[in-house]
Amino acid sequence: MVRLRIETLGAAMVIGLLVIALFAPLLAPHDPTRAVAATYGDPGAPSLAFPMGTDQLGRDVLSRIIFGARISMTVAIAATAITMLIGVAIGLAAGFFGGAIDLALMRFTDVMLSLPVLLLAMAFVTVLRPSLGSILFVIGLVSWTSVARVVRAETLSMSRRDFVVASNALGASAPRLIGRHIVPNVAPIIIVMAALGVSGTLLLEAALSFLGLGIPPPAPSWGRMIEEATIYFRTAPWLAIFPGFAIFYAVLGFNLLGYGFLARREQ
Amino acid sequence: MLAYLARRIAFGAVVLIGTSLITFAVAFLVPADPAVTLAGAKADPQTLASIRREMGLDKPVYIQYGLYLARALHGDLGRSYIRRESVTTLIEERLPATAILAVTAISLSLLLGIAMGVIAAANRGRTLDHTLLFTSLALVSMPVFWLGTMLLIAGGLYLRSFPLGGFGGPRSLVLPAITLALGSAGYYSRILHTNLTQALDQDYVRTARSKGVSRTGVMLHHAMANALLPLVTLAGLDLAGMLSGVVLTETVFNWPGIGRLAYEAVFNLDVPLIMGTVLFSALLIVIANLVVDVIYVWLDPRISLAETR
Repeated sequence: MVRLRIETLGAAMVIGLLVIALFAPLLAPHDPTRAVAATYGDPGAPSLAFPMGTDQLGRDVLSRIIFGARISMTVAIAATAITMLIGVAIGLAAGFFGGAIDLALMRFTDVMLSLPVLLLAMAFVTVLRPSLGSILFVIGLVSWTSVARVVRAETLSMSRRDFVVASNALGASAPRLIGRHIVPNVAPIIIVMAALGVSGTLLLEAALSFLGLGIPPPAPSWGRMIEEATIYFRTAPWLAIFPGFAIFYAVLGFNLLGYGFLARREQ
Repeated sequence: MLAYLARRIAFGAVVLIGTSLITFAVAFLVPADPAVTLAGAKADPQTLASIRREMGLDKPVYIQYGLYLARALHGDLGRSYIRRESVTTLIEERLPATAILAVTAISLSLLLGIAMGVIAAANRGRTLDHTLLFTSLALVSMPVFWLGTMLLIAGGLYLRSFPLGGFGGPRSLVLPAITLALGSAGYYSRILHTNLTQALDQDYVRTARSKGVSRTGVMLHHAMANALLPLVTLAGLDLAGMLSGVVLTETVFNWPGIGRLAYEAVFNLDVPLIMGTVLFSALLIVIANLVVDVIYVWLDPRISLAETR
């Protein structure tokens, strides 16, 4: 009953976010890249005309946050897709084939788990130069480990079930076993991991942006907005408060969704 | 036990070699020529050639890697390009600031996490339980650098009770430690809650209850003993992770620790320093894993050494 409420709340928050991202041009009161306030040159405090204030270039913060939802969601979902692709492939292979393949893949996963994720991502992005492509690639590259572990464990327990063993005994090929029997049964946990993955990639993308390694301007990513706001945090704290709240909202939505389902599975 | 330890140490060594390979590969991809970085853009070809010879850059990659590994084993992680100092010395200099922050933050998060987890489990199914579940997920969902900035604005700017960053005196420790602790506290309370509720369903708890032990007594004496064990592991690994530098928190609060060092290293493409900090971090995590595994076996006699890989 209550678990349901947590997931429902998460789902509602996520749907709200997607609607904002999708209909950004209709919802945003101003152009996010144009100076619209008369206070050009100085950040403007929140007012009736600009509820979240304006930034140092006279741009409307609310509109930038609404358009930022597009960038942040696109990056988070695309990076999660890459993460899931790597993690699910490695987890399925390790869990299904077992033996030496399992050992090699899981040792590799252990090595990746011992590496400092943010530092590694920073180093990769710096070397590759920040761009949409490089950031997606790097986030995927450093965050697949937990997915691989969970998918491996699920696959392992599935491939010992009677229906898989029977199908194997009847001569089904490995691709058929994986495609017809393993994947459909591992799918629920993959979906949960994907929801949690989106919150992880959102935070990682925001952190990289905050460190100056985000998607290059003028794209208004939430993390970049906070990075740009840090020099004004004494005089114009609203520039950092609102974009951070947007990240917090998005991450919380996906976490509630993911953990809600996870808790229900455990019951 | 000795055979188990030997196996764990061997595995740790494999992880470290893997890490060094990955960092070496990253370093190799860096477009900047180390000799030019060291000597400056105006250096004549002769100087560059002699620097390359000195650094072993004229040798094949696998020999360069071998040399690097051999030096690293002797505690020599090379010299920073920008700071012209030994990487090991730089890490040693920065370690105390990071260690103070990490130990304070972990203690704080354990305290808060255990309190929240126990209170939630004791009120299972009630409003307080759900409120705490939501709170812990909210804590986990906050971007660290944003939380730090908010605390700076609230505690430093408006209340004026805390310095606006920097390292000096216990007062300067408060905000960064809270920033770092809240996320882990949320996570710990979740884990503890799950373990406690599972433990409370066990037979030995039912037995104790039927013998007249109070709910609180069962919770604190019987269930806690088992539920705390996984938390020890997590906190140990987290501590290792934090000791290797907390880039975001140290950046927000201008904290002179290893995280800032690593951050500067990445921005200056200071390859030896990047490799050094990553390797140091992996070393700490390997050691923490080892210690945690041994403590685990020692604390929980049900785990047989033969079964643990």
